Amino acid sequence: MAERLVIDPITRIEGHLRIELETEGGKITKAWSETTQYRGLEEIVQGRDPRDVWAFVQRICGVCTSVHAIASIVAVENAIGSNPPEQARLIRDMVLGSQEVQDHVIHFYHLHALDFVNVASAAEGDPQAAVDFAKAIGSTWKGNTLERMTEVRDTVQGILDSGQLSIFTGGYWGHPDYRLPPEANLMAVAHYLDALEFQRSMIRIGTVFGGKNPHPNFLVGGMACSIDPNHTESINQVQVDQIGVWIAESLEFVKTCYVPDALAIAGVYKDYFDIGAAQNNYLAVGMSGATFAGDPADSDFTSAHTEVKAGVIFDGDLNNIQPFDPNKIEEWVHSAWYSYEGGDIGLKPSEGETTVAYTGPKPPYSWLADSDEYTWCKAPRYDGRAVQVGPLARVILAYARGHARTVEIVDDAAKQLGITLDQLNSTGGRILARAVECLTSAEILAEATFPTFVSNLKGGDIDVFDTTRWEPSSWPSKASGMSFVEVARGNLSHWVTIEGGKVARYQAVVPTTWLAGGRDADGQQGPYEESLAGNGEHPLVDPAQPLEPLRTIHSFDPCMSCAVHVLDPAGDELKAVES
Amino acid sequence: MTYKLEGWREPTLGENLARAGVSRRDFLAYCGVLAGIFAVGAGARPARAEEVAEALAAITKPNVVWLQLQECTGCMESTLRSGGTTVEEVVLNLLSVNYNELVMAAAGDAANQALADTNAEDHILVVNGSIPLKDGGIYCTIGGESAEEVLRKSAEKATAILAVGACAVWGSVQASKPNPTGAVGVDEIIRDKPVINVAGCPPIGEVITATVSYLLTHDAPPKTDAEGRPLFAYEQRIHDSCPRRAHYDAGQYVRSFDDEGARAGWCLYEVGCKGPSTFSPCPIFQWNLHTSWPIGAGHPCIGCTEKDFFDRFTPFYHVLPDVKGLGVESTAEKIGWGLVGATVAGVGVHAGLTALRRSAGRKLKLTEPLAAFGDESPAADAVGTPPSPTSPPEQAGGEGE
Repeated sequence: MAERLVIDPITRIEGHLRIELETEGGKITKAWSETTQYRGLEEIVQGRDPRDVWAFVQRICGVCTSVHAIASIVAVENAIGSNPPEQARLIRDMVLGSQEVQDHVIHFYHLHALDFVNVASAAEGDPQAAVDFAKAIGSTWKGNTLERMTEVRDTVQGILDSGQLSIFTGGYWGHPDYRLPPEANLMAVAHYLDALEFQRSMIRIGTVFGGKNPHPNFLVGGMACSIDPNHTESINQVQVDQIGVWIAESLEFVKTCYVPDALAIAGVYKDYFDIGAAQNNYLAVGMSGATFAGDPADSDFTSAHTEVKAGVIFDGDLNNIQPFDPNKIEEWVHSAWYSYEGGDIGLKPSEGETTVAYTGPKPPYSWLADSDEYTWCKAPRYDGRAVQVGPLARVILAYARGHARTVEIVDDAAKQLGITLDQLNSTGGRILARAVECLTSAEILAEATFPTFVSNLKGGDIDVFDTTRWEPSSWPSKASGMSFVEVARGNLSHWVTIEGGKVARYQAVVPTTWLAGGRDADGQQGPYEESLAGNGEHPLVDPAQPLEPLRTIHSFDPCMSCAVHVLDPAGDELKAVES
Repeated sequence: MTYKLEGWREPTLGENLARAGVSRRDFLAYCGVLAGIFAVGAGARPARAEEVAEALAAITKPNVVWLQLQECTGCMESTLRSGGTTVEEVVLNLLSVNYNELVMAAAGDAANQALADTNAEDHILVVNGSIPLKDGGIYCTIGGESAEEVLRKSAEKATAILAVGACAVWGSVQASKPNPTGAVGVDEIIRDKPVINVAGCPPIGEVITATVSYLLTHDAPPKTDAEGRPLFAYEQRIHDSCPRRAHYDAGQYVRSFDDEGARAGWCLYEVGCKGPSTFSPCPIFQWNLHTSWPIGAGHPCIGCTEKDFFDRFTPFYHVLPDVKGLGVESTAEKIGWGLVGATVAGVGVHAGLTALRRSAGRKLKLTEPLAAFGDESPAADAVGTPPSPTSPPEQAGGEGE
């Protein structure tokens, strides 16, 4: 007899996600992914100055801060024909690159690790054994000292002794499937704390160029930060030197701490390479940070990593990469609380519409999934198919395209873990892919993007702003533009139409929308749902402690505020229809 | 336990319990239950009720509920970036943050239990995010409950309430026209207790954690301005402490981004800087370990610590007095002296309202918000005849209750 289970809130994510499940005999049989927040941002930006819109849509998300701002600016530039100087593009690349490295590190340690690391057990860990464990897994992180491990153990012990568990209150510390020995848990908690320190420091790359983080400032046509090396109030050698240090520190942390930890945890929980498979389809327009103004097929690459071209892979067939075609993207609202004028169909983002049609129960409620509609998240499909985006999709595409460094890291890891390439479509595979990508991103930042920026500076290239398209009088009376950016959680696109100097239509197709959306009219599940209930084999030992589905959902790095975005192209007021 | 604590008045939980008349026997029974709960972790030797009682009685850390309602998580991210009192210090040493969705280990029922348990006792409430009131609260639910309901339950026994970030303070981006979800700030819902408004989108991390540590250090909320913002952070306009102010006074303006003036660090007023009407410590504390700040990185201030950000400050790149409704194209030169005068007078009003709030000791209906450039009246008149806001926030008096 199937049992029902609700997990709401899903914590350690961005925003509000609810998962409803049916389980039988310790396995998940059905799953519904339910986004429970809606803000209506794209409606809010209509009629506004397109040069202001980046600041509105940047607030779609404060975790992936910067990425929506950059996607918006590139889409507007694409529409109005603005051509930002190369140095401005490189600055954006550095901001995107540093944001992504920081984001992956935060995700692994602060949002995901507690599904695998037992904090209560860390108090039992012997500090010297923790140092030895770190060495054994190849971690050469400078924080692996007896003094540090002792200090962290005492801190954890102090919290447990106090009876006030703070953020560890109610954790599933008695769950039988926490498998790491105490010393490994202690090492991981120490690295959890070190990672907090690390992210505070390295995120400053965005602060130098954007003035603050989260939510740095950007500018249509380039960047607002001047980079004249012979002015005091400009970004000059002082900041360039600092950035060089921060990038080197980033690479060091990723190499010596994050990657070994991720491999170690993936190794201990190796069965998770056979758990959590979603649709074996992948979409990416390049490696992380790849940015296009307009269709990638005929747009300038604006980022430094040109090795991997856009592509789509169906059914895991790495030998048959499909060309990426933006016209094959459609969004469905079959399971979402919106209605389309044309009924239960898919609409292209450039023609997208959103009329709120809430059919759910009035809160408080206890169950949503008896209805066909159960979420605020639309369901994007590519060529009619649910696809995965994100680090896994990018790593698989890069591998299929023969990107040498990706192939090298993936092959090494697969050999060390004893897994096949097919097993990457899994909870463990997403953890591994994120770590692989974090390393290549940190390397590209250190070895390509930043050195190119510095070399251009040396050559006297200090322009960061295209003045020619700043004034609205220089714009066409009607123009449309789009952008594609590979951001931490996957493929992001913004679509804008400008009429008479104002935003007439705005749409964003966001990584988490691709992944967290519900069923479409064909009954095809979204990737979250498929990963939990695709084969009826996903474990869930104790419904009161739903650790296993948390592991899988967290492997996607959900960002729910990003996922929900709407536009009413007609400019009509949104109508809420209550049941 | 069914005992109701009367607030955290004694140094430790044990003393507070004694004061509330809780018997040792009842307390031990409660601790026995807790001992059972703690025993599930780590395979450790089960603690005895007496041991738990001893630890619990000595508790000195305030419990905290840290809600995230309709928002983007940027405020928590900013908290993570604080280099003053760090987030690890806050969650591990200063406070027991028993509920925060971004960082807590538990999910689902276990998280909701942690919330209910903490709500049942005295606690500090921190809120990120706005509350969408339209259509019965369907636009943001947590655990099946509307954001409003979640907030009300957590506010009931809160001893201090912090609204952190532009969304929690005034609704911010989702409350911008046409505010499709009916988003409002915390003090539109919670009217029987003072709400400390830590403004900004997001606020500077150090300001967030310092507001918390101010509470703990002073055992009282920080003094605030008329908008409920702590004076230690929001006492001055950006314009008053801006390192580029000398260029403003000298008439040296950036005319176009990346021009010679921009490279020399001149004043951004003419490209739309909202510093003259924005109360924020950005130039003083700066951002991310004192690395830089928006104007320092060449972009105009966009006014994110002020009421009705975004609507009142867009278009961002228009010169301030031209922001909305004035119908005058003014250059900095033409109105320069007027601005300087109004700025000084504005500070006077600011201080006056603060004093009023301090001395009132009763509910104070604010019909005169702090005038800012960009309001729908000429800047020169802003001090004398402030415009009435569409819905005047009702603010409780801070001290002297």
